[in-house]
Amino acid sequence: MATRIFAAPSPHIHGGESTRRIMGDVVLALLPALAVSTYILGLRVLFITAVAVLSCVVFEYLINRLFLKRKSTIGDLSAVVTGVLLAFNLPVGIPWWIVVIGALVAIGIGKMTFGGLGCNPFNPALTGRIFLLIAYPVQMTDWTTGVPDALSGSTLLADVKYNTSLLSEVDFLQMLGGHMNGSMGEIGALALILGGIYLLWRKVISWHIPVAVLGTMAIFAACVGLGKGGELVYQLPLFHILAGGALLGAIYMATDYSTSPMTHKGMIIYGVGIGLLTMIIRLWGAYPEGMSFAIFIMNAATPLINKYCRPKRFGTK
Amino acid sequence: MNTLVLTVLTLGVLGILLAVILYFVAQRFKVEEDPRIDDVEKMLPGANCGGCGFAGCRAMSEALVNRDNIASLFCPVAGGDTMKTIANLLGKVAPDKEPMVATMRCGGTCDKRPKVNHYDGALNCAVVNTFYVGESACAFGCIGYGDCVDACKFGALKLNKETGLVEVDADKCTACGACVKACPKGLFELRKKWPKNRAIYVACRSKNRGAVVMKACKAGCIGCGKCAKVCAFGAITIESDLAYIDHEKCKLCRKCVNECPTGAIKIENMERLPKEPKVAPAVKSETKAEENK
Amino acid sequence: MKTFPIGGIHPNDNKEWSKDCAIEVLELPAEVRIPMIQHIGAPSTPIVSKGDKVLAGQLIGQAVGFVSANIHSPISGTVTAIDALPNGQGQRRMMVVIKREGDDWVEGVDLSPELKRECTLEPAEIIEKIKNAGIVGLGGAQFPTHVKLTIPEGQKAEVLIINGVECEPYLTSDYRNMIERGEMLLTGVEITMRALGVERAIIGVENNKPDAIEHLRNIIRRDNYRGIVVEPLKLRYPQGGEKQLIAAVTGRQVAPPPALPISEGAVVCNVSSAIAIYEAVQKNKPLVERVVTVTGKSLKSTHNYLARFGTSLNTLLDLAGGLPEGDVKILNGGPMMGRAIVDVTAPLIKGCSGITIISGDEAARGKEMACIKCAKCVSVCPMGLEPYLLSKLARLQKWDMAEEHNTVDCIECGCCSYTCPSNLPLLDYIRIGKQTVMTNIRARALADKK
Repeated sequence: MATRIFAAPSPHIHGGESTRRIMGDVVLALLPALAVSTYILGLRVLFITAVAVLSCVVFEYLINRLFLKRKSTIGDLSAVVTGVLLAFNLPVGIPWWIVVIGALVAIGIGKMTFGGLGCNPFNPALTGRIFLLIAYPVQMTDWTTGVPDALSGSTLLADVKYNTSLLSEVDFLQMLGGHMNGSMGEIGALALILGGIYLLWRKVISWHIPVAVLGTMAIFAACVGLGKGGELVYQLPLFHILAGGALLGAIYMATDYSTSPMTHKGMIIYGVGIGLLTMIIRLWGAYPEGMSFAIFIMNAATPLINKYCRPKRFGTK
Repeated sequence: MNTLVLTVLTLGVLGILLAVILYFVAQRFKVEEDPRIDDVEKMLPGANCGGCGFAGCRAMSEALVNRDNIASLFCPVAGGDTMKTIANLLGKVAPDKEPMVATMRCGGTCDKRPKVNHYDGALNCAVVNTFYVGESACAFGCIGYGDCVDACKFGALKLNKETGLVEVDADKCTACGACVKACPKGLFELRKKWPKNRAIYVACRSKNRGAVVMKACKAGCIGCGKCAKVCAFGAITIESDLAYIDHEKCKLCRKCVNECPTGAIKIENMERLPKEPKVAPAVKSETKAEENK
Repeated sequence: MKTFPIGGIHPNDNKEWSKDCAIEVLELPAEVRIPMIQHIGAPSTPIVSKGDKVLAGQLIGQAVGFVSANIHSPISGTVTAIDALPNGQGQRRMMVVIKREGDDWVEGVDLSPELKRECTLEPAEIIEKIKNAGIVGLGGAQFPTHVKLTIPEGQKAEVLIINGVECEPYLTSDYRNMIERGEMLLTGVEITMRALGVERAIIGVENNKPDAIEHLRNIIRRDNYRGIVVEPLKLRYPQGGEKQLIAAVTGRQVAPPPALPISEGAVVCNVSSAIAIYEAVQKNKPLVERVVTVTGKSLKSTHNYLARFGTSLNTLLDLAGGLPEGDVKILNGGPMMGRAIVDVTAPLIKGCSGITIISGDEAARGKEMACIKCAKCVSVCPMGLEPYLLSKLARLQKWDMAEEHNTVDCIECGCCSYTCPSNLPLLDYIRIGKQTVMTNIRARALADKK
């Protein structure tokens, strides 16, 4: 073998980070939550997740090859992440064909129309979920179908929204472990937190967005609780963080790279915005859950935040 | 009923009020513009290529209309005829310019100019030029990542993957000069456009000595000067070991093409002169005879 | 432990390949090629001609103007050619070729190994000696040292900072200098402090070199070097960047360009340069040699050589067992900021602190993918810039916007490209943007003058 001299401008080494590794890490971080969900809600969780992932990957492949006439980008695993996140935002009893439609909207409209990974202004999985929520409201809020020992018809968030006194009956330990109604991925709070710690450790995400979102929600809820008095001061914040899609949204959806701001300052503003909007929708809006809409709205504000939140230039005060 | 009337009234009054304000604002900030600028702009190609030296066709039209002397203004894309029409419309004298064409002056194809290293950075000529000479040993040759192709707004340039060189489609070229600016090696030149796209030029920019050129590229100009000697019109000059054919003086006689030992002088859309090996010695002996006298 | 305020990365330092190789004095080469430009500024003018006999240490290239540097013959022999010859990047530069005959030095050079510590020269005399000796920044920047030490009117130097960081992976020449030539280094620092009229000098060393820190501290204590302290710094690239180092050791940030380090009262000088200053001032020895690391995982042996300038890189590589087979990148310097070399007949120059060989898969870049806006480049940029944006603006040739986003602040450290998960050549394009914007700024300044 002869010596071949390579030439390139510096730097000549690379840190080894890759899109694929990052996406793989996100999938890995979501596995504990998937396991908890499967344990509680049954094997159908795996089926729905598989349908979502498969259709996302297939749609991305087809759109790339047939419409965009370019090399397939499924190797970066981002479609897999979108698929898992979409599934995590659906109730377990949802018919499989609705999942496929959701995947088509997520990948087709949410991602590929804007040019694919990195160009999408809105989180693709959320685009899919919000579309389904509006198009199939009944199926999307049916928490009983497919659940082995049918718990109740509505989520805790919805129950508490109209009757705060129910809070005293809530078992927070159980919420942490995963016994509550909700979308497939929302219910294992502890598992979601574990995955989040993994992502932080792997430096896939930084702490700014999750902490800003959850912190804002907690403070907001505490203020509301203070107004109502009693034990609500600490019950309400704890409840709002553990219930619904707060953890899933704050750790996995809001931190989506292309739809969140680039600087730490921007991330905090973005996170605070999501927290505020979520609480406003949850407490006074028409929907019991506001995470998706809050993230969606703040996604739209991201370019603006990027424009005004520049990093601090070295040597300036 | 009351609500309806009130709504109509409010909106109506609001509408009238805003219309009045808008009218006054429009009057106050009205920009007086020569209508001929629009007419001229319509006659220009509208490619906004910047070949005229202005930011775009609009800026060029303004200059054409507002300046008294437009002899220095020329749109290479529109060409001489359009410029004359515009000048007639404005009652001014049009610049007299011959049509030009961009010429890429490197003949170092992959087989003639071997690669001595493997470039692995961003595929952009300017990036290559930031730190080294390129994949061949020639510091003057085409880098081959097509900055010029990207710069050309008329699709006149094409990268030939086989030769590794950029080729000019003379029919599409408008001589806007974007490639001249884009090439970090300065390989492009706007040269006189002959009928049927005929051309003769030195396809080399290497200012290295002959021996160095030969080592790096078999198609380079070694500065031997044979072409300059044979040129009857004094069109060829040799400077720092590099021949240059002045396109103003060249008559396309093609004598130089046969003289060039490395084939660095390129000829396009023309036949080479037939080789006359027997005549050459005869000429030599004649001159010798003359000298002897 | 101290470090610089923002950004930075932690590449594997790979120092173990050559850090324990003691400095070897390289056999004198049979022939040297001396480029007339080995510094930032105007190229020097050759003052010898073909056929001239020269002695080692004899001036052969005269500096042109203030920002320029003298060049001396590193060996004794005959000038065989003055010609444009290729440098490491294949670019032809004016070089003086000298064939060696013996090893005779010009008069006045003290080649004895004894340390000469006392210096009674005036600051101006010291700077004059440094200028005559042709000393430039040996860390890689090659900025003429006498220019740096000449403090502009109205400003005052407060502290001398010595750069012993060597944050580039692989390189160990500064480390070996600190370990083996510590006394020379500290005397050089003392002289430089005298030249600047400062009471304080801080030697910044990263904590991956604890023995160097310990060693220098011992000498300082033993031989009573006043006002010099060694500051251990937390391992982080690019700590050796001038502004980063000042911020790390003093906590003060130099304002954005065109402000210079002196605006914060700091003058930064490399370890190897300080040794060169010692030799020039105390021993009258001009800058004709340096310690250079030859390293790489795939080399048969690794070395730290004390080599004369103009030695062919081929000679150095042959001594290390020759180039390995397969794909290789030969670097002048380390892998983060070093320049790729494509012509190994090129000579060793003043700014070359090491020849690093990177081979196999490491040599080739990964496949480019779409930017996923992960903001990793923003968080590692030590200058507080937005590399993804600057790179894109340069690609789109939006020079005005690139200028607005401070592209000229870029120190080309390469952290952005290093960290990009999409393998985007961010710095490749930012560099073009920076160069174009700087040209534009200069053109505007010129136009304003007129």
